[in-house]
Amino acid sequence: MSFITRGFSGRSRERDERLPPGQTLVHDFPVLSAGPTPDIDTADWEFTIRTESGSQSWNWDEFMALEIDEVSTDIHCVTHWSKLGTSWRGVSIDTLFEHVETGYDYVMAHSYGGYTTNVPLDELRGGKAWVAFEFDGEPLEPEHGGPARLLVPHLYFWKSAKWVRGLEMMPTDEPGFWEQNGYHLHGDPWKEERYW
Amino acid sequence: MSDTVGIAPSVRAVPRAGWHVGTVTAAIRETPNATRLEIEVDGWPGNAPGQHLDVRLTAPDGYTATRSYSIASSGDASRVVLAVDKLPDGEVSPFLVDEVRAGDLLEVHGPLGAFFVWRPGGDPRPVQLIAGGSGVVPLYAIAGARAQAGDETPFRLLYSVRTPGDVYFARELEALAGTSAPLRLDLVYTRRAPDGWPTPPRRITRELLEASVVPAAEHPLVYVCGSTGFVERIADWLVEFGHDPRSIRTERYGGT
Ligand SMILES: Cc1cc2nc3c(=O)[nH]c(=O)nc-3n(C[C@H](O)[C@H](O)[C@H](O)COP(=O)(O)OP(=O)(O)OC[C@H]3O[C@@H](n4cnc5c(N)ncnc54)[C@H](O)[C@@H]3O)c2cc1C
Repeated sequence: MSFITRGFSGRSRERDERLPPGQTLVHDFPVLSAGPTPDIDTADWEFTIRTESGSQSWNWDEFMALEIDEVSTDIHCVTHWSKLGTSWRGVSIDTLFEHVETGYDYVMAHSYGGYTTNVPLDELRGGKAWVAFEFDGEPLEPEHGGPARLLVPHLYFWKSAKWVRGLEMMPTDEPGFWEQNGYHLHGDPWKEERYW
Repeated sequence: MSDTVGIAPSVRAVPRAGWHVGTVTAAIRETPNATRLEIEVDGWPGNAPGQHLDVRLTAPDGYTATRSYSIASSGDASRVVLAVDKLPDGEVSPFLVDEVRAGDLLEVHGPLGAFFVWRPGGDPRPVQLIAGGSGVVPLYAIAGARAQAGDETPFRLLYSVRTPGDVYFARELEALAGTSAPLRLDLVYTRRAPDGWPTPPRRITRELLEASVVPAAEHPLVYVCGSTGFVERIADWLVEFGHDPRSIRTERYGGT
């Protein structure tokens, strides 16, 4: 149903085929958060995976001792901005799940501050997602989710839960905080799964 | 992991979002740097106070640009009101502020966002609204909805603007401040204050903020909206003052 907007020409044709539909390339790093930025000391930080049979936790030092990946990726926010070729360091979800057994297929990511977002486990495993703590060679800033955030770059960026502190396995897909507030249950930027 | 943020009681507490065609019925200078757009949106399902929509512009060669704008109006009406601030090197805002005129068609998607919302007759907590510049748009919608419903929840608005001419919805806010259950309006001028104003122009400092908001001890629900830097600064201070982070809702417009 798209039609030409009278008088609009746009600033530039910065079209890059790496940009999903409806996205604009930015060079700064915008912030999408529903509340204040929590201040979490790495000394108090803990990351827990909870399954039907128990839980596995790492403190900051234990986490840093895991195998760390360097990740270069494009990121896409539901609020229409994208960044290309961003660089991150973090621990792959595959590495974390070497220590975890579960028969459940769905994940609720929990964050400090109480936010949640849901992702199918399939969308996190197989080299698709990390718990990242460094951006552009620097410790991840609190505004952007530090000390650590989920990084699920093939989905809209709200799925990359900031201030992440754990993953809870679930038998069925349930909407998290963002999804209950109008964002799409899945969030594929190439299909523009922004809202429902 | 049980401390999840409280959410609206019903999963579908707001109307379903969709694409709509809107006809601009009025484009009015709101301030020297901003335009108020009134848009009649075919099939608009209404919106809650505080929600926003996306505007998508399409160039002749098919290039599109999409940006979010808060809605200054609320309720069942199919007419929505926006107020857009012009960023000097922006792609979309100069077009909306200077080019768009009555009769133009705009594609909009919404209503969006179900968290930065306040409804009359619901939460009894006092409400503190804090706006920087165009960030007042959804807060005006919220304060307006309260007045329209005759809701008497205590309300304060702390509003930072550059100069007296930069106040959005100036007359409407003044009217809300003069009702029987008034909105308490505190204006802060950052560049130029009105003649006879008791203080020189200044930005909101930590001290000024603490003195101008409903104290944490009264457990207010706080809505903060404006540029990202403004919201970050204000929200951090509120947490330092002892406000429960989960009672602070933020909308960050971008920039620094
Ligand atoms: C939920 C939501 C609601 C919004 N509601 C409103 C509204 O009611 N009224 C309104 O005027 N705007 C609102 N905005 C901002 C709006 O979406 C656009 O970002 C803004 O109009 C700039 O778009 P542009 O195309 O002109 O600038 P762009 O071309 O996108 O950006 C130009 C430059 O300005 C910077 N920039 C972007 N936004 C801001 C900002 N807010 N302050 C300072 N610098 C900035 C960018 O980083 C960039 O460097 C809202 C944003 C969000 C996320």
